[in-house]
Amino acid sequence: MSRYTSVTDAERGQMLDEIGVSSLEELFADVPEALRLARPLHLDSGRSEQEVFEELRALAERNVSTEDEISFLGAGMYDHYVPALVEAITQRSEFLTPYTPYQPEISQGTLQAMFEYQTAICELTGLPVSNASVYDGPSAVAAAGYVARLENGRRRFVVSRGVHPHSREALVTLAGGWGMEVVEAPLDGGVTAPPQLDAEVSAVIVQQPNFFGVVEDLEPLAQAAHEAGALLICACDPLPLALLRTPGESGADLVVGEGQSLGNPPCFGGPSFGFFAATEALIRRLPGRIAGQTRDLDGRRGYVLTLQTREQHIRRERATSNICTAQALNALAGLIYLCWLGRQGIVELATLMLQRTAYARRRLAAIDGVRLLHERPVVREFALALEAPVAGVIAACRERGINPGHPLGEDYPEHPDGLLVAITERRTRADIDRLAEALGAAVAAARRQPAGVAG
Amino acid sequence: MSWFTAAADDELTIFERSRPGRRAFVAPELDVPELPLDELLPAPLRRIAPPRLPEVAEPEIVRHFNRLSKRNFDLDTGFYPLGSCTMKHNPRLHERLAALPGHARLHPLQDPARAQGALELMWRLQQALGEIAGLPHVSLQPAAGSHGELAGVLLTRAYHEDRGERRTKVLTPDSAHGTNPATVTMAGYEVVKVGTDERGNVDLEDLRAKADADVACLMLTNPSTLGLFEPAIEEIARIVHGVGATLYYDGANLNAIMGICRPGDMGFDIVHFNLHKSFTQPHGGGGPGAGPIAVSERIEPFLPRPQVVRREAGEGNGARRPYYDLDHARPKSIGRLRGFQGNYGVFVRAYAYIRSLGAEGLREVSEVAVLNANYLLARLRREGVLEYLQPAYERLCMHEFVLSGTAMRRELGLKTLDLAKRLLDHGVHPPTVYFPLIVDEALLIEPTETETRETLDRFAATVAEVLREAREDPEIARAAPYTTPVRRLDEAGAARRPVVRQPL
Repeated sequence: MSRYTSVTDAERGQMLDEIGVSSLEELFADVPEALRLARPLHLDSGRSEQEVFEELRALAERNVSTEDEISFLGAGMYDHYVPALVEAITQRSEFLTPYTPYQPEISQGTLQAMFEYQTAICELTGLPVSNASVYDGPSAVAAAGYVARLENGRRRFVVSRGVHPHSREALVTLAGGWGMEVVEAPLDGGVTAPPQLDAEVSAVIVQQPNFFGVVEDLEPLAQAAHEAGALLICACDPLPLALLRTPGESGADLVVGEGQSLGNPPCFGGPSFGFFAATEALIRRLPGRIAGQTRDLDGRRGYVLTLQTREQHIRRERATSNICTAQALNALAGLIYLCWLGRQGIVELATLMLQRTAYARRRLAAIDGVRLLHERPVVREFALALEAPVAGVIAACRERGINPGHPLGEDYPEHPDGLLVAITERRTRADIDRLAEALGAAVAAARRQPAGVAG
Repeated sequence: MSWFTAAADDELTIFERSRPGRRAFVAPELDVPELPLDELLPAPLRRIAPPRLPEVAEPEIVRHFNRLSKRNFDLDTGFYPLGSCTMKHNPRLHERLAALPGHARLHPLQDPARAQGALELMWRLQQALGEIAGLPHVSLQPAAGSHGELAGVLLTRAYHEDRGERRTKVLTPDSAHGTNPATVTMAGYEVVKVGTDERGNVDLEDLRAKADADVACLMLTNPSTLGLFEPAIEEIARIVHGVGATLYYDGANLNAIMGICRPGDMGFDIVHFNLHKSFTQPHGGGGPGAGPIAVSERIEPFLPRPQVVRREAGEGNGARRPYYDLDHARPKSIGRLRGFQGNYGVFVRAYAYIRSLGAEGLREVSEVAVLNANYLLARLRREGVLEYLQPAYERLCMHEFVLSGTAMRRELGLKTLDLAKRLLDHGVHPPTVYFPLIVDEALLIEPTETETRETLDRFAATVAEVLREAREDPEIARAAPYTTPVRRLDEAGAARRPVVRQPL
């Protein structure tokens, strides 16, 4: 008997009697004989809890996590401190183990949390409508594209080269199914050049700050999109929005993004959540769950899943999306984190990142053989160009316990020795000084060696 | 049951608890020289006022969310026979494992050479899922079942296009989950519905009539959403393959057949798993989940990028031992569906579950899931419940079964919804209601293998009690529930004038 089932041998016989069959086999009578697996699955036999714990702990120990090195990796997911109360609350059975709140009378906790989450996302993005979460940032970009297509039926997306490569690729993957074309808008000096648009363009898609960490001026992009009758979709890093003019204010129609930095650990890429906000005009085209406020029979305030006629379980082939299970628990972590930061705290945190990032930029740009790829304003991330092979420099820094950042060359061949450096509140001045020292030494060493040897 | 209702009035939102100047966050020290804000971020790029997030200290945050939590019903508290969702126990070990820093705090762009534990775990999970499905190639990337479906239909499209074919239609049974037709539309195909025969099986005549050279795929759930295994699955596969289409397996009901039979052996080309159903990822109030896919040889070239691979010693890089890697060089791939490598934390839990149970344990899961469902059906029959709630199909079920409330509505004037709402007062989560759509007043009941016989007995008695009460006074159920934190809510009003955020 496995430890998660309770049927004893004696009970099994009694239960079969109650059913009126003589064996378990009979219950599977509909499975054709030829299809029944005549052997056990080729899997190892089961293990005790303790043994499974040891095995998966050993696997964990073979990873170099952000606890094991000073990491400047970012590029879409960031090494933020997650306060203790996030785990304490999200691990409560009442939030952890129910499913989607289809029965609102016994799901007010989840539904009210969704409503509060939506309110917080609206505040951050400057838009009046939010859903209760989608899978992640890149899939949210693709989902926003689908909303634009439903809205105006046009056949082309114009996507800035400053949008995360994973978002661009997810969009291309899905847009193929809708028969849509994706064209790229180039960057000029690190920001999106105002694109030439025609009446075929469904949406212009940009990222704020963009993949290189540079702050975009969204308003001219929104104007250009709207003049052509297209929507502006903006993918955002949520914490910098504490300081930046909101994309909603700048004219974005759909604001989406990766929510990981709000109270979720990076966890090798997930689970986290994608947020999804929109203008009022688009509310009936949104994907996924939306919590709405209402009253019960006795006039008490309560919450329900609303506008469900958009969704797959009601509308089926005419649904605005196929999404069902999303990332509710991760979005709850995001809400708790935003409450923990609060109105002043989120500004203080973003300002701390802004100042330390500025410091890191000055320190690193002062190194011989290192220059800034762009000079424009950034908040928490910036790109460097190294005058040395980046792979070797990264390897040398790691020897000193520092992961200096993400190499750009694979996604951006125009920057073969580019390095993207991310700063969070966990990276202190001392960490940045150590990075400067390690990077300086590595670049200097590489430049002393003949080309091709380093790394 | 007693609900926590310390305050009879509405629960305040966290925004209503906010008072200017309160805070939970204390920023780390600013340890670098401070530069003027205007110099770093010129005013036109800045927001005018900070976002109006709540201003509350830590005790109030904890109390607020704890109070909210007590307004939820959850699986750890009671029976949750929500059909099609496989609400089985979520082992606590998995939470501890997923929280280990080596898993939770691993950055997704870490060099694969420094993420060998994670990649090996993913590779082993791929192998295990491939074995369970009977299909050799697995991608873990899709974030949920519907995402896996989308991947599957896009794979089908890529497969046909690679052979120079442009097909236009995808078949789905009329009993299918809503995600199936919604996925078909999102992938740019036309949905064609296939009927269900009087025994609850796919109508083979209808299938033959509709399967033609324009059909790209048949999406099938087996056991179906009616909780029935398709006895003619081999013939279905022959028909579908006979017109050159692919056969897609919606894995929502995999919990019934693990170690007993395999979709790959049935002829399916593509399978998605719901790791939050069969493999115990907690449902979280609506996610996270994960929807890996397993595919046959002919579909493999098109799998999403990147793919987790094991490279043997000496293969590239001159490694001395086998190592695990992310393979991006897949020219025929449909591409990415999302960021990074998938919902890794969910993989940790699913892998721990498979390691805990092994081959024997997984088979026992499915056997007991099917035993429990049939036992519950038999107990409901003995309680006289089936006079009012008739089985949609009179046969043995797999891990779940469908009842129809037609007789209950006719005899007692009670809708399935009323029964569901009255069950809330008895401390059980109601079954899935009004799905599958082809059964009038449907009630889809899935007890899962982790429930005790006593729980099933009690549930049968409870349903009987609600019906007995309704025979005396149907009004009670029609106005239920009474003991929950709120009573029936005005859903129509909520949709007419949507209030989806708090006015601040």
